[in-house]
Amino acid sequence: MKILCAIKRVVDANVNVVVKNDGSGIDLTNVKMSVNPFCEIGVEQAIQLKEAGIADEIVAVSVGSDKTQEQVRVCLALGADRGIIVDAPDDLEPLTIAKILKAVYTEEQPQLVIFGKQSIDGDHSQTGQMFAALTDLPQATFASNLSVSDSLATVVREVDGGLQTLQVPLPMVLTTDLRLNVPRFASLKNIMMSKRKQIDVISVADLGVVLDRHTETLRVDRPPARSAGIVVDSIDELVSKLRNEAKVLP
Amino acid sequence: MSILVIADHDNSELKPVTRNTLKAASEIGDEIDVLIAGAACFSVAQSVVDLGVARTVHIADAPTFEHAIAENLAAMVVQLASAYQHILTAHTTTGKNFLPRVAALLDVQMISDIVEVLGSNTFKRPVYAGNGIATVQSNDSTKVISVRGTAFDPIESGTVATATNNLDAATFPDPSPTTYIKDELAQSERPELNNAKVVVSGGRALGSSESFALLEELADSLGAAVGASRAAVDAGYVPNDMQVGQTGKIVAPELYIAVGISGAIQHLAGMKDSKVIVAINNDPEAPIFQLADYGLVADLFEVIPEFIRQIKAGS
Repeated sequence: MKILCAIKRVVDANVNVVVKNDGSGIDLTNVKMSVNPFCEIGVEQAIQLKEAGIADEIVAVSVGSDKTQEQVRVCLALGADRGIIVDAPDDLEPLTIAKILKAVYTEEQPQLVIFGKQSIDGDHSQTGQMFAALTDLPQATFASNLSVSDSLATVVREVDGGLQTLQVPLPMVLTTDLRLNVPRFASLKNIMMSKRKQIDVISVADLGVVLDRHTETLRVDRPPARSAGIVVDSIDELVSKLRNEAKVLP
Repeated sequence: MSILVIADHDNSELKPVTRNTLKAASEIGDEIDVLIAGAACFSVAQSVVDLGVARTVHIADAPTFEHAIAENLAAMVVQLASAYQHILTAHTTTGKNFLPRVAALLDVQMISDIVEVLGSNTFKRPVYAGNGIATVQSNDSTKVISVRGTAFDPIESGTVATATNNLDAATFPDPSPTTYIKDELAQSERPELNNAKVVVSGGRALGSSESFALLEELADSLGAAVGASRAAVDAGYVPNDMQVGQTGKIVAPELYIAVGISGAIQHLAGMKDSKVIVAINNDPEAPIFQLADYGLVADLFEVIPEFIRQIKAGS
């Protein structure tokens, strides 16, 4: 079984992002970039399926500029077998990314396509579902557990009220939630080995996808600031403040 | 300007968040229809009729729709889409699951998790865990939008006479090959995290699931819901549906009490719109104190029992 893992290059989860003063967006100058944490969980899941003898090839694919090489290389160091970068601007909309990945899917014909449930920059939570719709594949989103046997995936999904279990025939689309697994760290040996693994770069034009935009981001502002309040010394004082000042306790 | 709102429900009750979604819809226009897709879901339809804010409630009643399987729900919505300029649902795990499919099938770039309506095609939505608020304009002829419930008040009941339209089962989409196995839903007498007026949340400092009983007692004395940080969920102290944060639930109660939570960016993204924030933590440097209205630096195990006692004594 072949697995296609879609990954995205995003601002590292530990960076304190800053909105530019002119409202034009987030300041990404000299900011540490990483593989989107949910996508990394997807790669880990693929590696675990390979280690279990269920998968035999893992392809990591990303859509973006040349800088995406670094993140795809990380996935190869973790255990993906080869990489694909579709050379395109970094700020494409989820719909366009889904269309591009559909073209890659048609070429690669994987049995399982894994996405992160959302990227921590745009926070859309759309690409996997859109891809599934365009390829007419069934989907299981927000997965916290996956088992695969006989072309059938059993997926436990994290839903608002608790957990839901679905059985989905392959080929299918999976999007990962936090508790699916804990991604490993790449060993030095694997990092060295990954330099010999292949990354194919293909152009959007070759895939026949048009890069049109459906939305425009007019501006990005800082959220309303919330300043620190006061530090109280005791529960007595806290309860008194909540009753008499904030009036949120009876 | 016709708007279709897809209701959140569990086949017997309309989820309160639907009223928040309807409020957002009403800020776009007043020709609002509602779709209820479910199985034996007439009581849900009746709740919408009673609300008196929609022109028509479309009812797609079939076993296919019982568990809101994304493929089935999306295909149904797409069938109705051509009559509408706006299609809205709540940014819940159900909405997030099916609505992007709808958008892709209509060749529309969906706008997720809106927190403000600026006009019929312009909306505000958080990005980067709420560290930025983007103003986004849609150039699609149909706008497909998910709504952050806590950013809109629930819609008030109105006097609109709502027609019911039972959709013809012959037109229902072919069911997805997916098989529903089971739900494991948390059973709780406490209010739902999404709509609770008071939320008490615990973090890693609680140290065990047993310690959460203390927070539950505090919550019950306040009529509050119980939430948790990702660290507490990852450690297995509490189930996933209690997680508050960027990738968990977004809450904005009147009072949010964070106990033993340091305040990672991802957690703050889920609660910083709360009206009053209280933080109790033994680390005076914890980031949570930078946005708490009232902070108490103390050992939670020493002060929470006293907190409970005083609330019970006062009410």
